[in-house]
Amino acid sequence: QTYLFQYTFAVTPAHIKRLYKRFQALDKGNKGYLSPQDFGSVKELATNPIGDRIIGAFFSQGQETVDFHSFVRILAHFRPLDKNRAKRPDSPEPINSRISKLRFAFQLYDQDNDGKISRDELLQVLRTMLEMQVTEEQLESIADRTIQEADLDGDNAISFDEFRKSLEKVNIEHKMSSRFLH
Amino acid sequence: MKLPWGAATPLLLAALAGTTWASSAHNTDPQSNTNATNGTEGNSGLTSLPIVTWKWHHVEQPYLMALWVLVCWLCKLVFELNHKLTATIPESALLIFIGFVLGGMIWGADKAQTFTLTPVTFFYYLLPQIILDAGYFMPNKLFFGNMGAILTYAILGTVWNAVTVGLSLWGVYLGGIMGDLKINLLEFMLFGSLLSAVDPVAVLAVFEEVHVNEVLFILVFGESLLNDGVTVVLYNVCDAFVTLGADRINAVEIIKGIVSFLVVAFGGALVGVVFAVLLSLLTRCTKNIQIIEPGFIFVVSYLSYLTAEMLSLSSILAITFCGVCCQKYVNANMAESSVTTVRYAMKVFANGSETIIFVFLGISAIDPEIWVWNTAFILLTLVFVLVYRIIGVFALTWILNRFRLIPLEIIDQVVLSYGGLRGAVAYALAFMLDGNKVREKNLMISTTLIVVYFTVVLQGVTMKPLVNWLKVKRTSKTEVSLIEKLQNRAFDHILIAIEDISGQIGHNYMREKWNKFEEKWLRPILMKSSARKKQDQLFNVFHQLNLKDAMSYVTEGERCGSLAFVRSENNVNLDFKKKLASDISDIMPDINSDSSDTGPYTIPMTCIMQDNVPTVCLDVEEDMRGKSMRDTENINTHHVLQMHLYKARKQHRHRYSRKEMGLNKDENEVQEIFQRTMRNRLESFKSTKMGVTQSKKIKPAKKDQIPNGKHKTHSFEDADFSDDNVFSSDFAGGVASGGGGPTRLSIRSGGGIENPAFMPDVDHASPLHTPPWSAVVDDGVAPSQRAQVQLPWSPSNASRLTPLRISTRSNDSFILADRPTAQGEQPPPSQPKSTPK
Repeated sequence: QTYLFQYTFAVTPAHIKRLYKRFQALDKGNKGYLSPQDFGSVKELATNPIGDRIIGAFFSQGQETVDFHSFVRILAHFRPLDKNRAKRPDSPEPINSRISKLRFAFQLYDQDNDGKISRDELLQVLRTMLEMQVTEEQLESIADRTIQEADLDGDNAISFDEFRKSLEKVNIEHKMSSRFLH
Repeated sequence: MKLPWGAATPLLLAALAGTTWASSAHNTDPQSNTNATNGTEGNSGLTSLPIVTWKWHHVEQPYLMALWVLVCWLCKLVFELNHKLTATIPESALLIFIGFVLGGMIWGADKAQTFTLTPVTFFYYLLPQIILDAGYFMPNKLFFGNMGAILTYAILGTVWNAVTVGLSLWGVYLGGIMGDLKINLLEFMLFGSLLSAVDPVAVLAVFEEVHVNEVLFILVFGESLLNDGVTVVLYNVCDAFVTLGADRINAVEIIKGIVSFLVVAFGGALVGVVFAVLLSLLTRCTKNIQIIEPGFIFVVSYLSYLTAEMLSLSSILAITFCGVCCQKYVNANMAESSVTTVRYAMKVFANGSETIIFVFLGISAIDPEIWVWNTAFILLTLVFVLVYRIIGVFALTWILNRFRLIPLEIIDQVVLSYGGLRGAVAYALAFMLDGNKVREKNLMISTTLIVVYFTVVLQGVTMKPLVNWLKVKRTSKTEVSLIEKLQNRAFDHILIAIEDISGQIGHNYMREKWNKFEEKWLRPILMKSSARKKQDQLFNVFHQLNLKDAMSYVTEGERCGSLAFVRSENNVNLDFKKKLASDISDIMPDINSDSSDTGPYTIPMTCIMQDNVPTVCLDVEEDMRGKSMRDTENINTHHVLQMHLYKARKQHRHRYSRKEMGLNKDENEVQEIFQRTMRNRLESFKSTKMGVTQSKKIKPAKKDQIPNGKHKTHSFEDADFSDDNVFSSDFAGGVASGGGGPTRLSIRSGGGIENPAFMPDVDHASPLHTPPWSAVVDDGVAPSQRAQVQLPWSPSNASRLTPLRISTRSNDSFILADRPTAQGEQPPPSQPKSTPK
């Protein structure tokens, strides 16, 4: 099984061991999988505006449990990019590439998985990330402008491509990488 | 009443001058005086009964002492009048300047510097309270979480500094530039070691003005506290070597030196811990002498300092650890009034001492006798001190970053190295040098003073601009789009969340273990049983939220002149018409003042009363803003986004401040986020589990007036404090304990609620120290938010509040709230009116 991990996610055995220990530590009751309450026990997540969304990202569609494989898969997104990796033309995009990271972020917004961030979805995220004193009008205004800036094909929603384009200048590798898996 | 700056200065300076002249003039008098009085008394040449005699010699000592304290504090008053001044130049520098002036005056009067900072005064009377203040208010979680890095910098960094500076100076001396000095290698090492210590007093003084992130702050701060262990050892070892003479040093002595370091450092810490335990046990029993309870803290801590000093262990470490370890238990055990007293008193002492120290540092300079000028020596010392600090920090950070989860960035390292300030400790150590053995003592003193002035004044003044410049440089980009801004912040949050989920495995494991141990063994011994109970419950959160709402109600009432505002339809979003079921007041037992487990930042009611009146109205302005927003330019939207995005946790400010006891305003944000998250979770959980047995005890109707438009019209299930029901985790947020005490949110799934999704087992208090009403002063909306969510009762049925009387002193708000209100008890409309658009 570790072989599979290594191959798919390019994590070292040391990583896997560490992550497994963490998985076990989170898995209260030794069920072999994680449920939402287990994530709830990470108390810092409650004070993170998008903590719940991130928890949700661990659970694949319709699932109520996270097994170790998925756990590693999500976390592997955040490995620092291996710049020296040779590009093999027909290998699948590595999970921690820029595109994959962006896709992860995109999916946090796009809760209904229709490939677009609609105005409503954007509003929801904005609401969670802005202080409470911001009025609904301000929120809507921000959402409208944001879509305006990013929307290229005029459908009043942000598709993944538009999302990617608008974040061209951002150093995704730096912002979405954590050294813990270095 | 603001005095005009111009008029005040001459007045105060005149006062200062007057007092110093008086004191120094009197110095010359006592001799003649005593003789005279002795003469008259002894002679029995009393010709008639003196009605009044001049008894200066009786009061000389305490009088001078008190006078000096007064003068120093007046100095502080002088320049605090001008805020622009204090913003650019740190207080410490200003105090030193005033010290120069005063020193000049004294020297002018006496032709000799009669008042200097003697090591005894400094080490025994001025330093302990500063360190105690630092230890007592130390954010423990941060401190112990970063202990590895702190120790690395403190031990390795200090040793590196000492050795390199000493050796380099010696090398240069051998090169001959310094001329003819009678210093040998050992003395150079001694000098190096006394200059190596980063000074906590100076560091704190400067970093008050410069706001850096909390990790960076704790690193500098922790390092400056802990490196005392190293400095003391190095200094004593080198001093002993100098005394022994170079020929007697062999491997044995060196090994003894190393062992001595371990013993001194750990011994000092151990002494501190022992005294902390004593103190905690003591406060367990002081229920009946609450009036002098606060005194015990100071006395016992001071004893720990002196004990360590007596055993030649590191006294600074002792008192640091005494403060660090006792804070949690002492705060829990003591009455709330005592806790407040301790906190205020400690700030007074610490701040006062710091002022005195800096003034005297200035005064001590005006003494021609000690000044020996050797350009090369002084200049090179300065250079070496700076350069080796930078090298040391960068090298150590490079090593550390391989092990840290969140690496330290370049800008952090720059600030760290630039923040290596030397201060009074170095000066005092130099002063303590034995003039017979170290022939160039005066040169060393002069150099030390120069280094201290340089670091404190120059580095202090330029620190803030440097930091700003670096930050600006780093983030200089072209105009970022809205989505970039948003996304950047989102990335921060995501990253933090992922790091939290993945966890620092070793760290958390240890912390879990420690928490369990602490809860099982330490708490029953060190904490009063009543305090322990309060730790475990969420009552105090509830209680504080109640208090906060009561406060907002009262101030609102005061502001609007009557209670009529509660009725007004268009303006106020506050809704206080929530029912607090009588059951609740039964369930909640005597909630008294022991809500102190919210950590050192609890501010009791009395303080709030004295604070600025919080503006609670969030009314018409909202609409105005709405209208102008419609004509929004890009700038406005950007501005809003910029201003109101929640900060990622890393960006929160450090929590320790010598000057203010204020609460971290970021705590408010964290509270908000937490509440919102919990609310959302409960929403989603409820929506997925229909038919859940509802705990009916409290059901405030929620008003929809949440400005950012969360329209939740259904009634909100809230906490029920009886045993069988699910706690609303909203309350968990407010419970905090500075020492990181676990707060158990016991979740019993009863009432047909299975699988509560996202019900957190709040294992460990989040760093939400503040009582919820804390920084509410700033943003008008927050009270109503929480008012929505919470059960607190509207003072229209104010008698409900009486069970919540916290102390017999702070009755004021409750008395006000007890005013009979005119309107009847209207249940709040469940469909509230939305803000007129």
